[in-house]
Amino acid sequence: MPILEHPAYPPATLLCLESLVPCRESQVSMLLSIFGERQQLSFPSIFIYGHTSSGKTYVMKTLLNTLQLPHVFVNCVECFTSRLLLEEILIQLQNGSSETKQASPVPCDTFNDFVRLFKQALVSQNLQDQTVYVVLDRAEQLREMEANVLPAFLRLQELTDRNVTVILLSEIVWEMFRPNTGCFEPFILYFPDYSIGHLQKILSQNHPPEYSADFYSAYINILLGVFYMVCRDLKELQHLAALNFSKYCEPVVRREAKERDTRKLWKNIEPHLKKAMQTVYLREISSSQWERLQCEEEPGQIKGLSAHAHVELPYYSKFLLIAAYLASYNPVRTDKRFFLKHHGKIKKTNFMKKHEKTSNHLLGPKPFPLDRLLAILYSIVDNRVAPTANIFSQITSLVTLQLLSVVGNNDQLDGPRYKCTVSLDFIRAIARTVNFDIIKYLYDFL
Amino acid sequence: MNKRKLKESSGTDGECISQVQKVLRERLCHHHAMGKLFGMDQQYKHLLELLKQTAVHGESNSALIIGPRGSGKTALLNRALKDLREMKQVKGNLLEVHLNGLLQTNDKVALKEITRQLHLENVVGDKVFGSFAENLVFLLEALRKGDRTSSCPVLFVLDEFDLFVHHKNQTLLYNLFDISQSAQTPVTVIGLTCRQDILELLEKRVKSRFSHRRIYLMNSFAFKQYLRIFKEQLSLPAEFPDKVFAQKWNSNIQLLSEDRTVQDVLQNLFHYSKDLRSLHFLLMLALSNVTVRHPLITASDLQEASKQYRMDSKANIVHGLTVLEICLIIAMKHLNEVYEGEPFNFQMVYNEFQKFIQRKAHCMYNFEKPVVMKAFEHLLQLELVKPIERPSVYPNCPTDVKQWAASSLSWL
Repeated sequence: MPILEHPAYPPATLLCLESLVPCRESQVSMLLSIFGERQQLSFPSIFIYGHTSSGKTYVMKTLLNTLQLPHVFVNCVECFTSRLLLEEILIQLQNGSSETKQASPVPCDTFNDFVRLFKQALVSQNLQDQTVYVVLDRAEQLREMEANVLPAFLRLQELTDRNVTVILLSEIVWEMFRPNTGCFEPFILYFPDYSIGHLQKILSQNHPPEYSADFYSAYINILLGVFYMVCRDLKELQHLAALNFSKYCEPVVRREAKERDTRKLWKNIEPHLKKAMQTVYLREISSSQWERLQCEEEPGQIKGLSAHAHVELPYYSKFLLIAAYLASYNPVRTDKRFFLKHHGKIKKTNFMKKHEKTSNHLLGPKPFPLDRLLAILYSIVDNRVAPTANIFSQITSLVTLQLLSVVGNNDQLDGPRYKCTVSLDFIRAIARTVNFDIIKYLYDFL
Repeated sequence: MNKRKLKESSGTDGECISQVQKVLRERLCHHHAMGKLFGMDQQYKHLLELLKQTAVHGESNSALIIGPRGSGKTALLNRALKDLREMKQVKGNLLEVHLNGLLQTNDKVALKEITRQLHLENVVGDKVFGSFAENLVFLLEALRKGDRTSSCPVLFVLDEFDLFVHHKNQTLLYNLFDISQSAQTPVTVIGLTCRQDILELLEKRVKSRFSHRRIYLMNSFAFKQYLRIFKEQLSLPAEFPDKVFAQKWNSNIQLLSEDRTVQDVLQNLFHYSKDLRSLHFLLMLALSNVTVRHPLITASDLQEASKQYRMDSKANIVHGLTVLEICLIIAMKHLNEVYEGEPFNFQMVYNEFQKFIQRKAHCMYNFEKPVVMKAFEHLLQLELVKPIERPSVYPNCPTDVKQWAASSLSWL
């Protein structure tokens, strides 16, 4: 029973369209009824919003191409200035009906020229009696252009006095777009996110012909079970499904299990998927590296981009790093207590009591001047350290390794200020190698 | 024979429905061009008088039409102009220049557009003028035809008038109002704007040349009139080719306007915004459901349209978030409550999340920190979470100065 029906378009085309847009039939049918027949007027502007990979761009493109409606499709991230955007629309209009792509850009600086040239282009392409659709993808970038671009597009039908409808696609809700003095409100349409059933249905459509559909759906089921709580993005899930399928099929290929031995297959694939979540999903390693790893017989150590295994540092550098960490995460007034031999008691003032709650580890590292770093260094290293150029160059190498970072600009008169950018686990590992108990010296752990 | 009869009736219905859609869509979408005016008789008379003074008697004038978005300013003006053009004394005697603040973003472009609309490009040719005023005076001089002592009256319509106010020195406005005060050429300047405080935005010299004539459109109709407008906008005109169907349609509309549920729907919309533009949207949406199988609008069509129109968009977006992202949002809400709206960073949110996982969660798996970071970045991308502006080097900065500093491509 066909879901999409419309008197203006032949039922065969509509049936074809329906097969191309699974789980989006109600949105397509609403769009069809709003568009009406080819020459009928429609809303001057339509705003479609929905999550990433909820099918907005795909459905729009498929709909306009299948029904062969005259349209222009522009991505606002590609054409990031108003001039590029307007020229691209005009070029696509001119190239619309002709087979050969003429790359003759019409210079179009302002929206005023655009309105005039647009009307001329419609006449030259014989499109005056049909609705022309201008689709702007990633429309949130329109807010970054000049202030008149967005309101003018919303009113394009009125400004050009022609049968044109502008369609904006975006992830961000309309309330964030509305200009201060208001504008012509578009018709707002929501593309709901795919439910887990929908995702299952769409992903199972891609099954490779060598295996049965049931086998593949069982695999998709397992994949969704692991990833659904973290990711509902269809494109990401398709990518993960394609990458990991060969691993899933391994037991069947090696004749260790049959297609129906779900438990065995699950035990084989589940740890693999968990590892994928930490690496390929985060783009720590590329998909080609991942595939190579799957082919190897022994499971090797997967090193992501951010797994800095202990960088081997020289002795003084380790202490410099520890001193930097202490300087970043201890407030200045507590230095006396930790690093002097004879210190007095710290009076807990009202100020301190109120801010006891947020530990410094939550707020992030604070910047400190070079002098403080050296002072702490001298106090934590047992033997005497001479302030030679050696020490200073080690500080610079730490900055190059991005374990420290410079704060502020270079022309500060008081001297450079730094910030320590390593995590607690990392610094504890380093401190352990020099037998230094860093926890004793941290204010947050008192 | 029966089949043929059915085919015939469905054939005519198809044609008929298509006709209905065409007529009504044009009426609802092109209301600004040729719509009926509701509740604006006084304003219409005032405007028509004003325009007649210029076109027939050669007096110069200026006026502003002020009203919220969608209240019918363009419709009013277009209707008045249409009636004016049909008057005997005016036929062909009035020149019109239509400018729009969205298109003409600075005075140079505006001047070129004026030249183009007055068809004086050849006359101007490659002349270089010293100032804006000279150029404008030249244009108006060129309009004197033959041995006439005075030229044709010119009507300047400035749409989105509040945008012209932001041009440099308000040159265009100053010159236009100046000419309308000096009795050289009969010129009328009509501005349309949605800002009620437009007069405060004008510079002193511009304001003094403006005649302070204002026409307000306030959407001042009561619900009964709103219902009547609903009926009128949906009824088919008497010239509709298929009289039988038109009769059926119009009596259906009459029934609808008396239906309780339809009145509730309209009441809801009326409470939210009284302007006709929103009503037209609702009617367009209901109209798009009309097909051969469903030839008359029903109350449920209107209810569906109303529901579609009033969806809560943020709730929709939150509906599509993953469980992990919802957990992060809940963690942020907790932080907001505990710390009374103080700003937070990712580490704090992650800590809250960890606390939940360790104490109460049974079905949530403890995700790695980078995975949680990716979810957090997704929330940032959706603009559900926004970074606050740092209090910066210059405290107590006035907001418009701050905004100007932040905008890189400003056309102010």
